[in-house]
Amino acid sequence: MPARLKYTAHRPRRYVKGMPIFWWVRKWNYSRFILRELSSVAVAAYAVVLILLVRAVAAGPAEYHEFMEVFQSPGSIGLNIVALAFVLFHAVTWFNLAPKAMVIRVGKTVVPPLVIAGMNYAAWFSVSAVIAWILMGP
Amino acid sequence: MSKPSKASNEPFWWALFGAGGVVSAMFLPVLVVLFGLAIPLGWVEAPDYQSMHALLSSPVTRFLLFGIISLCLFHWAHRFRFTLYDGLQLKHLESLIVVMTYGSAIVGAIIAGITMWTF
Repeated sequence: MPARLKYTAHRPRRYVKGMPIFWWVRKWNYSRFILRELSSVAVAAYAVVLILLVRAVAAGPAEYHEFMEVFQSPGSIGLNIVALAFVLFHAVTWFNLAPKAMVIRVGKTVVPPLVIAGMNYAAWFSVSAVIAWILMGP
Repeated sequence: MSKPSKASNEPFWWALFGAGGVVSAMFLPVLVVLFGLAIPLGWVEAPDYQSMHALLSSPVTRFLLFGIISLCLFHWAHRFRFTLYDGLQLKHLESLIVVMTYGSAIVGAIIAGITMWTF
């Protein structure tokens, strides 16, 4: 035990067994947990992209076209492939957990988990279709 | 050791995290596909400026966008906070991490609000 290590509430005196910082690399289950948590970075990044998009449209046609051109760079395509993988991973893990988080009862019977997951997926596809239709036109 | 306080603001942040989880799962994949890949790769045509401007001129669109953007940011703040604790074992930096994550989300939400208000 190095002398410089300070004991704190989170590093108590009695329990000194260390945990490697990259404890989540060795098992796929653990890595998947960290990847799911990291998907939130892609979520935040796209929230920022949406703010920038609205600001570009507010600024005028030239700024809007300039903004849309940025997406065509190979770097942007690469980043967007990664972002898509993360947001899809987030969406699927989220909807699969939904039946566990919300248990719905109709009368005395519990709505089966598959039905709740199915409703979530149906809502997801409908929302996606409506947004695509609004943006791309009929 | 200080006693844990009875009232906790944890449920408040968790509610924002949960709402942001639903909203981001519902809305973001299609937006990433369209703006990030389908339009730049030429699979579909980009919406022209006039229709984008018309769409955003509606207060309803901007209000919804404000909601989606802020909830996504709070979702990130909550998850990223625990990623830093658990993944990198930074529990001892708790106060700093809480201020940085939720603080950035609040600043981002304010910027989103100003952006939509002044459109």
